[in-house]
Amino acid sequence: MLFLLRREWLLSWRRRAELVNPLVFNLMVITLFPLGITPEAEKLAVLAPGILWVAALLATLLSLDLMFRYDHQDGSLEQVAASGTPLAALILAKIINHWLFTGLALTLMAPLLGLMLHLSGDLMLLMMLVLALGTLVFSAIGSIGAALVAGLRRGGLLLSLLVIPLYIPVLIFGTGTISAAIAGLPFVAPLATLAAMASMALAAAPWVAGAALRLSIND
Amino acid sequence: MALSLTPVWRWFHRWTSPPNFYRISRPWAHGLMAVGGTALFVAWIWGLVFAPEDYLQGNSYRIIFVHVPSASASLALYLTMAITAVISLVWKIKLADMVIRQCIPVGLTLTALALISGAIWGRPTWGVYWIWDARLTSMLLQLFLFIGMWAIHTAIDQQKLADRATAILVLVGFVNLPIIKWSVDWWNTMHQPATIRITGETTMVWEMLAPLLLSMAATYCVVAALVLYRTRWEILYRERKTRWVQDELGIRGKA
Repeated sequence: MLFLLRREWLLSWRRRAELVNPLVFNLMVITLFPLGITPEAEKLAVLAPGILWVAALLATLLSLDLMFRYDHQDGSLEQVAASGTPLAALILAKIINHWLFTGLALTLMAPLLGLMLHLSGDLMLLMMLVLALGTLVFSAIGSIGAALVAGLRRGGLLLSLLVIPLYIPVLIFGTGTISAAIAGLPFVAPLATLAAMASMALAAAPWVAGAALRLSIND
Repeated sequence: MALSLTPVWRWFHRWTSPPNFYRISRPWAHGLMAVGGTALFVAWIWGLVFAPEDYLQGNSYRIIFVHVPSASASLALYLTMAITAVISLVWKIKLADMVIRQCIPVGLTLTALALISGAIWGRPTWGVYWIWDARLTSMLLQLFLFIGMWAIHTAIDQQKLADRATAILVLVGFVNLPIIKWSVDWWNTMHQPATIRITGETTMVWEMLAPLLLSMAATYCVVAALVLYRTRWEILYRERKTRWVQDELGIRGKA
């Protein structure tokens, strides 16, 4: 498992230029909102959690397509499947790696972006915690979608169609936590729900994605 | 496998073989369509003309005779698809894949019908066509899921892969079903909780309830008939190169 994780990390690190793109995309999308809606600080502060979430969701989708693509193209996916290594282990490594390169990176970017959107400083830590949890679910659920379209030549748009409906609950509870905190209400319940989603998705997604990936390998 | 030798198992395989199912499903499809169509016609006349006016909503409540049956049937259809998807993935029954494929357009239509009729009903009752409450949002998710299934089935050229990918997606999307069903109980939604209860008191007068139940039963029949008709076409299409289909259609040698 550690070996798999190391392999994923190395492969991603060598393609780091490609993986920076979603982060830059995230930054640019965030820039569009103040210009498109209003630069007023009070209004932006209210909208900020939602904007951060939607941008993070879109940025995750962008890099999701790459999760299995290269491994599928150069045949190493088949090698792993033939070697007897459980596919679920490989996928779990890929999920964690994907999260490190997009989810965690997006989380670390959040304070800067929050500043641009006048999100109040007290909420920043909570926002980061929620984003870290939510993007973990994004990566986990996304692996299922990425596995389903791995064999297709143009899977990117289809992937978004499949995965966005499954991301909506995360978005609801993610923004729900922040909104509750802004309103001064207890926010532990939506936060706990989000954590439950993360653990359930992490536990189940590798197996489902493994079943889906076998389809793409066998064709 | 010891299981594959049991008589029940042999019977199951024979029963779900496309030629056999094609033959035995014909009277079922026609019968369900005739019964369901007639009952739906009766239920709608009854509901739209003879059922009493609602003391609060006036005549606008009458869209319930479209809204509730289509919403309920779409959920039942999704449940059926999920069970069929398990059968398809575990036992690799060809017929199951065909049923799932043809459930998609029917389910998509029912879900859209439930959403549209709900929006039309929402305008006079809530003052808006749409609100982002849990029931409506989860129903919208179901619509997206149906679109996604259709998209992935169309995108993958190889039949078997397309079928299995769709079946996996059906099962993944299944988490949404209980959310739709119980969203009105778990959250304080604008959408009202269920009126008809299998256990406990039903909060509706008999004169309204009877046509509603009839329209629901009728819709279930019609939906089942539609799925059967579509599955029969799918069987013919997928087995078009076989001898029995060419015999069935009387195009032996010409095709």
